[in-house]
Amino acid sequence: MSYLFNTPEQQQEMLQTIGIDSLEALFSTIPADLRLDRPLDLPPALSEMELQTHLSQLASQNVGPTSRICMLGGGAYDHFIPAAVDEIARRGEFYTAYTPYQAEASQGSLQTFFEFQSLICQLTGMDVSNASLYEGGTCVSEAAFMAMRVTNRHDRVVLLGSLHPEYRQVVETYLRHLNCEVVIVPCKDGSVDPADVDAAMDDQTACLVIQHPNFFGTLEEAAELTEIAHRYGALSVVSYDPISLGILKRPGDYGADIAIAEGQSLGTPLQFGGPYLGLFSCSEKFVRRMPGRLIGQTVDRNGKLCYVLNLQAREQHIRRDKATSNICSNQGLIAIRAAVYLSLLGKQGIREVAELSCQKAHYAAEQLSSVEGIELLFPERPFFKEFVVSCSEGADYLLRKARQAGFDLGPELSRFTFENCPENYQTGVLVAITEQRTREEIDRLVTVLKA
Amino acid sequence: MRNHLATQPLFDLSQPGRRGAQFPAADVPEKPLEELIPSQALATEPTGLPEVTESDVIRHFVNLSTLNMCVDTHFYPLGSCTMKYNPKRHERLSSLPGIVDLHPYQNQADLQGMLELLYVTQEMLAEIAGLPAVSLQPAAGAQGEFTALLTAKAYFEDKGEKRTKVLFPNSAHGTNPASAAIAGFDCVQLASSKEGLVDLEDLKSHLDDQTAVFMVTNPNTLGLFEKDIRQIAQMVHDVGGLVYIDGANMNAILGYTRPGDFGGDMMHFNVHKTFTGPHGAGGPGSGPIAVRDFLADFLPGPVISHDASAAEGEAYQLVTPAKSIGRVRSFYGNIGILVRGYCYLRTLGAAGLKAVSENAVLNANYLKALLKDVLPVPNGDLCMHEFVASASRSKAANGITAMDIAKRLLDFGFHAPTVYFPLVVPEAIMVEPTETESKETLDAFAETITRILKEDPEFLHQAPHSTEISRPDEVVAARHPILQCCESE
Repeated sequence: MSYLFNTPEQQQEMLQTIGIDSLEALFSTIPADLRLDRPLDLPPALSEMELQTHLSQLASQNVGPTSRICMLGGGAYDHFIPAAVDEIARRGEFYTAYTPYQAEASQGSLQTFFEFQSLICQLTGMDVSNASLYEGGTCVSEAAFMAMRVTNRHDRVVLLGSLHPEYRQVVETYLRHLNCEVVIVPCKDGSVDPADVDAAMDDQTACLVIQHPNFFGTLEEAAELTEIAHRYGALSVVSYDPISLGILKRPGDYGADIAIAEGQSLGTPLQFGGPYLGLFSCSEKFVRRMPGRLIGQTVDRNGKLCYVLNLQAREQHIRRDKATSNICSNQGLIAIRAAVYLSLLGKQGIREVAELSCQKAHYAAEQLSSVEGIELLFPERPFFKEFVVSCSEGADYLLRKARQAGFDLGPELSRFTFENCPENYQTGVLVAITEQRTREEIDRLVTVLKA
Repeated sequence: MRNHLATQPLFDLSQPGRRGAQFPAADVPEKPLEELIPSQALATEPTGLPEVTESDVIRHFVNLSTLNMCVDTHFYPLGSCTMKYNPKRHERLSSLPGIVDLHPYQNQADLQGMLELLYVTQEMLAEIAGLPAVSLQPAAGAQGEFTALLTAKAYFEDKGEKRTKVLFPNSAHGTNPASAAIAGFDCVQLASSKEGLVDLEDLKSHLDDQTAVFMVTNPNTLGLFEKDIRQIAQMVHDVGGLVYIDGANMNAILGYTRPGDFGGDMMHFNVHKTFTGPHGAGGPGSGPIAVRDFLADFLPGPVISHDASAAEGEAYQLVTPAKSIGRVRSFYGNIGILVRGYCYLRTLGAAGLKAVSENAVLNANYLKALLKDVLPVPNGDLCMHEFVASASRSKAANGITAMDIAKRLLDFGFHAPTVYFPLVVPEAIMVEPTETESKETLDAFAETITRILKEDPEFLHQAPHSTEISRPDEVVAARHPILQCCESE
């Protein structure tokens, strides 16, 4: 076995040193009646060559964006990944390193995470960022927990009905057993009415969770909604699309207290939904209530600038059942990808990606809605890079026709349940356009759909 | 020879007008942004991201990477954390087109290969656990714990019971009580016996009809097999409770015994600890859970089902269990890590996995035998895959602490072991060599520890002496946190 180092002769020597006579005897502390009396029933072992053939064969049964044109959205996006991102992330020094508890042995990871935090602060306009959480959905739950600690209100959180339905489901799972009411503000025409939000808030609400751009791609009145949250003494939690901040106002610019996001767009491949990257930032005054890992700058015993894991007492190690969360890991390697991606793009690049996505999405929306039977479901709402179309022949017809011509659209809204939403939502199909899509592709799709 | 230009703070490398990525011009007719987006939503100035070239970025991060110790370059004897070799084939295979580029909302007919891989992964994990139902959704071991506790809660509620207590030994990972608290349970910590095992009397005194779950790591965090586990499970079952096995130490018992066989009702796997997902300096991990059949309906969804008689393109389906607790994350799980786990299991097979545990336990006991005279191990004659030594004697004799030894080891090119955990051993030094280390490495490590213990204590208090930095001031860092580089002064 190529991963096990000791020869049978060495094993014998080692057993002698230990003072026992067989490998079996090493397991003598496992009572005999608890032992498995047969080999595990697993598929046969494969050599590297055989495994590669096998994986290639499985991969060939899947169809990915290399052979189809991806206009799928709904929280995971086919943005371009510069080669340098993979080059850095594939360095063994990063991906085979341990959590940086021993600062002296981990300055590379620590400085990179510190810079990741700095980049996220610049991107969002927030004061502090942690070194990442699992993914976008769990970030909402962690933000709600944090808002409860900060406001000392534990009974009620309010979510916009335009929040990603899977994020909403995660929050409901996380909060179900804490006697916390989860209130959903209905979404009427692809976004919520601030008056409805105002009606849903009260002075026992811990936070208002806004997604902007929202699940349907449209913009919410994020600044006004933040003001409403503050009027009730609740925290404003904004879930953003990181690419959108190349052109949109940043959550910090309009006073959000906690800014969260799915960071997959920042240099991480789609890989069927994970691992992704939970971005979590907040204003300075809440830093000690923040979940997850934080990297801080300090000096060493010789006065040299260096980086350490900071404020660890908030984690699960020390206060245990009083911990701010049970999170033990971050998404270190994915955070490194995001740091490299944001460094490569810089202030100009992030603007270009955002503008290209926005311009092309609007072109696509215009062209698609020129097809007879297809229209925008929310024609009045401004959007960023994603929009909902409906088809008079039905969502399935539209998806099938596009798919036959090599285009993947979606997800279809009928996959999800949207509480208190109009029935016509069931006919909708999301279309996401990134900077990677070309006019030629969009025109070809339109031609196919017109035929 | 190191040039410090490239490792200076990233933002200091920035020069206006530099760039590291170039995008094509728009190929669609462009409109002024103000026509597309309401002006009150538009940014009034660009973000403060740095402006650097691609070569700046590469040199910066490559140089930073060399400031790390990692498994690819160093021996990492970290107890409880299982830092073993990460096979390179996994990185290549998980990056194949058709694996790395699948969108979670694609048509299921276009995903049959991926769903088959995940289905077989579920089946293999169920067999290794001895527990038939698996959910791959949890993003990390700690989320697996939390998920399983919610699953248990849903099960009890379905039976019309409202149980409030979760019990765990005082040697438990900190995530156990944290997960229980977040799931809405009261936490009860139990004492350990003199031998470092669960104290049956103490357990008995806390068991009652309010006991929901007993969480236990087996082998435990002292590296000892809980030999009374079946009796323990029986005691918990007798009051109607469930037994949760924290799977952090599964690499010690693969093919020898299974949680389902020794009384566990639920468990999580740490794919990075047991099945060589790389640690990634903190993640991503993956924490699939396995449970008994009567808990299957409550698992978070979707899970993958298989119907061999289904039409082409429909054999493998994503389905949500009947009484599911809901979702614990968006999409389906940390698939990229599960693909690595799948590759590992397919590479080793049953005999290979058993050999993993044999070699992990052999290496740990060998290293323990080499060290026991200089660093006493308070609990147990034979350990499993790891052991907990104590530096109490050296601390009392000449002031050499566990931390001093840990820091000095860095000078000799060994990563430090886990220190000060578990909390039940004073001056704990927790060592886990793993099966992928050679006898030569273990000999060299033991010689180095022996040598360090003879060094001048004052010199050791200042260690490490050869690393880029030494003993950062964590007190100042915590008192005046500087958490990003551009903060206003």
